[in-house]
Amino acid sequence: MKIAVCVKQVVTRDWPLRVDAAATWVHDRDASFEMNEPDAYALEEALRLKERHGGEVVVCSAGPARAAQVIRESLARGADRAIRVESDALAAADGSMVAGALAAAMREEQFDLVLTGLQSDDQGFAQTGVVLAELLGIPHATIIMEVQVAGGVVRVKRELEGGWFQWVSMPTPALLTIQSGINQLRYATLKGIMSAKRKPVRVVEPSADLAPSQEIIELYVPKKGKQTRLIAGTPSEAATELVRVLREEARVI
Amino acid sequence: MILVIAEQRDGVLNKTSWEAIVAAQQTGQAVQVAVAGDRLDPVARELAAADVEAVVTVEHAVLASYTPDGFVAAFAEVVAALGPELVLLSHTYQTREFAPRLAARLGRSLITDCVAMKQRGERQAFVRPMFQGKFVADVAPNGPAPHFASFQIGAFRPDALALGAAPADIRPHSITLKASVIRQTVEPPFQEARQAVDLTQADRIVAVGRGIKAQEHIALAERLAVSLGAELAASRPICDSGWLPMDRQVGSSGQTVSPKLYLALGISGAIQHLVGMKGARTIVAVNKDADAPIFEVADLGIVGDLFEVVPALIAALDADS
Repeated sequence: MKIAVCVKQVVTRDWPLRVDAAATWVHDRDASFEMNEPDAYALEEALRLKERHGGEVVVCSAGPARAAQVIRESLARGADRAIRVESDALAAADGSMVAGALAAAMREEQFDLVLTGLQSDDQGFAQTGVVLAELLGIPHATIIMEVQVAGGVVRVKRELEGGWFQWVSMPTPALLTIQSGINQLRYATLKGIMSAKRKPVRVVEPSADLAPSQEIIELYVPKKGKQTRLIAGTPSEAATELVRVLREEARVI
Repeated sequence: MILVIAEQRDGVLNKTSWEAIVAAQQTGQAVQVAVAGDRLDPVARELAAADVEAVVTVEHAVLASYTPDGFVAAFAEVVAALGPELVLLSHTYQTREFAPRLAARLGRSLITDCVAMKQRGERQAFVRPMFQGKFVADVAPNGPAPHFASFQIGAFRPDALALGAAPADIRPHSITLKASVIRQTVEPPFQEARQAVDLTQADRIVAVGRGIKAQEHIALAERLAVSLGAELAASRPICDSGWLPMDRQVGSSGQTVSPKLYLALGISGAIQHLVGMKGARTIVAVNKDADAPIFEVADLGIVGDLFEVVPALIAALDADS
């Protein structure tokens, strides 16, 4: 089975971000980056499917040059080769534009299964995978917690709201957006890291007619809707005061 | 005209559809509501109570169960035929699944998970969280109308719904949908082994997030929960890691709770978590990051190291009792 997994590079979760001078994106020039968390679960699921069914895992990413880091990491964890669409214009691109860049680079490969994370930790539009399925002309299902493949059919456990699930089947090729927690992630081994260096990476440029479907007019820190009473002091003082407030004012304990 | 796509399952209207209708009504423009499925009479009559121009019913046997292929094909026809300026939806899991594909098929822009609408100069902008709620952005769609937008659950109040003087016109809309375009086959929804823990009934909840750092530290939160007479809960990453079972999860994919006291330990406050707990009466956050979005909803907060604050809280509670 030929499996593609799409990964995005995002700013590290705890990085202290500031809005940039133009107030349309974050100042990320000196930030540290990591693989988008749901995408890491998608990669792990792709590797497990390959272990069960054979075939290959091709990791795909669209972003600026620095995104090579998440490609290397994916290869080190066990992906066989990579396709990387490189352009600075993809650094803050919306999901529809990223999907367009990926679709053009992936189409000729005729993948049996395409996995993506359900959404990104930065913009969080939750659209890239779904739009990619439309552009590739293949069926899709989202927020997947289990994947079974047999005889050209993929049967998946789709998460619904409030603890409900549903099994959905569709013919391959198909695209699935993977929910965090579907599996337990593996770490790269030293052997994996060494062998990643020899794995092929195809770097392509996006087509020139790729255009954003939306524009960030202004990015800003949210105004607080609620006044939070912050309790200061040493841990012991703050704890004592909090217990007093909860007991005497809020009356919830 | 603004078209709202409402959601129903087996004849039961998804309550968040009212919120999308409220969002549409507040623009002052004419509003129509479309709903797809099979035998939609009761749902259509329910929707017709709203002050809207019409309720458009899209009935077809193959739409009896939701599938992304079926709903994309059906609404692509409906939107093309009705020609709205704007298409609004509630940001449910179902919307997340079919709306991006619907917008892509029509070559239109979709802005998801919005909390408000706003005019920016000549442009209609949508306000939405970015970077897990650390920032907000005014985002404007590019390209021709209709533009699509989905609204975060809770962004608009359903009780702000304007009711019509008389029931709105119900207009059946026939479509040419062929069953063969639907590639997904669906099985009935189910719940995983009965929820062992019903957090919705808890008066007090102590919830842990990534800040707890390791599984062995869960015991610390557990001790605090005992001292408070509270149930222990967690944000999604904790359950994903297997540190607590999934039935202790609060948030959009877990339980929605409204206890008297919700004490969040090391929870940054991603929107998926906030939607599950912001209805709590008193919210307390303990977090080392003063900029964490959890403080957006917290009534009381301690900015500090939970590994120092929690033992102090346990000591303070136990000393008093």
